[in-house]
Amino acid sequence: MLQLKNITLEKEGKKILNKINLKLDDNRFYVLTGPNGSGKSSLAKVIMGIESPNEGEIWWQDREITRERIELRAKEGIAFAFQQPVRFKGIKVSKLLELAAGTKKIKGCGVLAQVGLCPKDYLDREMNGSLSGGELKRIEMATVILRKPKLAIFDEPEAGIDLWSFQNLIEVFKKLRKNYHGTILVISHQEKIMEMADKILLLKRGKLEEVEKIDNLRIRQKCGCRGGCIHE
Amino acid sequence: MNKLEKKLLKQVNDSKMTGAVNIRKNGKTWQRKNSQWVTIKDSQDGRGLEIWVKENAPMAMVDIPVLLTESGLTETVDNNFYIGKNSKVVIYAGCGINNCGTKDTVHSGRHRFVVDQGAEVKYIEKHYGEGGNLGQKEINPVTKIELAKDAKMTIETAQIEGVDQTERVTKAVLQAGASLVINEKIKTSGKQKAISSFEVKMAGEGSSCRVTSRAVATEASVQKFISNIVGNQKCFAHVACDSIIKDKGKVTAIPKIKANHVEAELIHEATIGKIAGEQLLKLMSLGLKKEEAEEEIMAGFLN
Repeated sequence: MLQLKNITLEKEGKKILNKINLKLDDNRFYVLTGPNGSGKSSLAKVIMGIESPNEGEIWWQDREITRERIELRAKEGIAFAFQQPVRFKGIKVSKLLELAAGTKKIKGCGVLAQVGLCPKDYLDREMNGSLSGGELKRIEMATVILRKPKLAIFDEPEAGIDLWSFQNLIEVFKKLRKNYHGTILVISHQEKIMEMADKILLLKRGKLEEVEKIDNLRIRQKCGCRGGCIHE
Repeated sequence: MNKLEKKLLKQVNDSKMTGAVNIRKNGKTWQRKNSQWVTIKDSQDGRGLEIWVKENAPMAMVDIPVLLTESGLTETVDNNFYIGKNSKVVIYAGCGINNCGTKDTVHSGRHRFVVDQGAEVKYIEKHYGEGGNLGQKEINPVTKIELAKDAKMTIETAQIEGVDQTERVTKAVLQAGASLVINEKIKTSGKQKAISSFEVKMAGEGSSCRVTSRAVATEASVQKFISNIVGNQKCFAHVACDSIIKDKGKVTAIPKIKANHVEAELIHEATIGKIAGEQLLKLMSLGLKKEEAEEEIMAGFLN
């Protein structure tokens, strides 16, 4: 279980996260949503250890990890899929997947098939600009799935993905939801992803609200629109 | 060949040596073997080798590694390669120095390639140094290339470890339809210095050239990359110099492209910078320590 206690993050004198209190239970599917600039990615980065909070505590499985380094959190079962996948000159997809899995024996690389990529077409490709944004995004997801984390965080997996790929993406999350034993936290604006959530976390101007289901979110936002938008 | 020499050879040559072979050890030819398609002989002036590849050779193999294990040995070797019309050949060259003594060991290999019409050459060269810190390990290769009409040459060069000082010079003249691809990788550390310069003259119509240099300079090492491409006809050339610097490493990239023909298309790209922070963060989020992440990124970059 992950617990955030009074987490505050400031950048250039501005409060990005303001006294966030949050509990993520085991084996649950959460969606973190909210307007652009509300602090969603910062919150995820605080959990992974990429950003350090100015105040507050982070507890992971009954142990405080507020100042713990990224790689130690990774080893303890937290994984993070970046919104903008990182490119590496010279590093092949197979190498990155090996690093993610922590072993050179990646069986048939089924994980690539799982995210909708044909392994034989991709394993030997370089993680550079020759791959499209959508392809990089899927490989990014594969690196997280391969780690078999206890908490998997995906930062806007739908960003930069075309409509056709988006349908596949939904299927990937449905399968993960069904077969995966761990907690999933997805940052998303998409209604179809929110529909899968056990609980939706709504972040607005650095403050967190929790709502159980998407219908409740619609009522609260007095919106009712089906476009998946979150209004201010 | 003793254990140390075998190990050194493995560092600079991982081929199976199935074709023509000339192994040079401490200034002398130690082993020579010719093949159906390739003849290796001493040059008339005794300063090096002549390597003749017959016309229409289907896939000739040549291995010409050089090993130096005597501290203080300084040598200059002139090798001339004559590549017959429409032949195909793969050449493994390379130089390994083990210098545990106090004197400097220097190998200057001057290679001239005369590549006839339609021939295809792949040239793979690895440089490696090992031993103590008292005697320098220095390798200075000079490669001069003449590519006739429609000839092709690909050069893969790598200097990954242990060479204290190097000055590489590559010069090429390309006739019509000829193509030259050079991929160079250099890693320096400590107080090592490396200079690499390219001078390519695109003399014939439809000739093309691609030079990719990847450099990693760590600790207090220094590297300099100089390229000079001249397009005299309708031609295409692309030069890319990517460098990673770490610690107090320094890299200079000096590009020069000159078009003497309105249809000459010449491009030069150069980037120098430290390892991107986001690359480190990604690998650390996969459980790697910062130092391990840096090693993986640099190894991949030079892969």
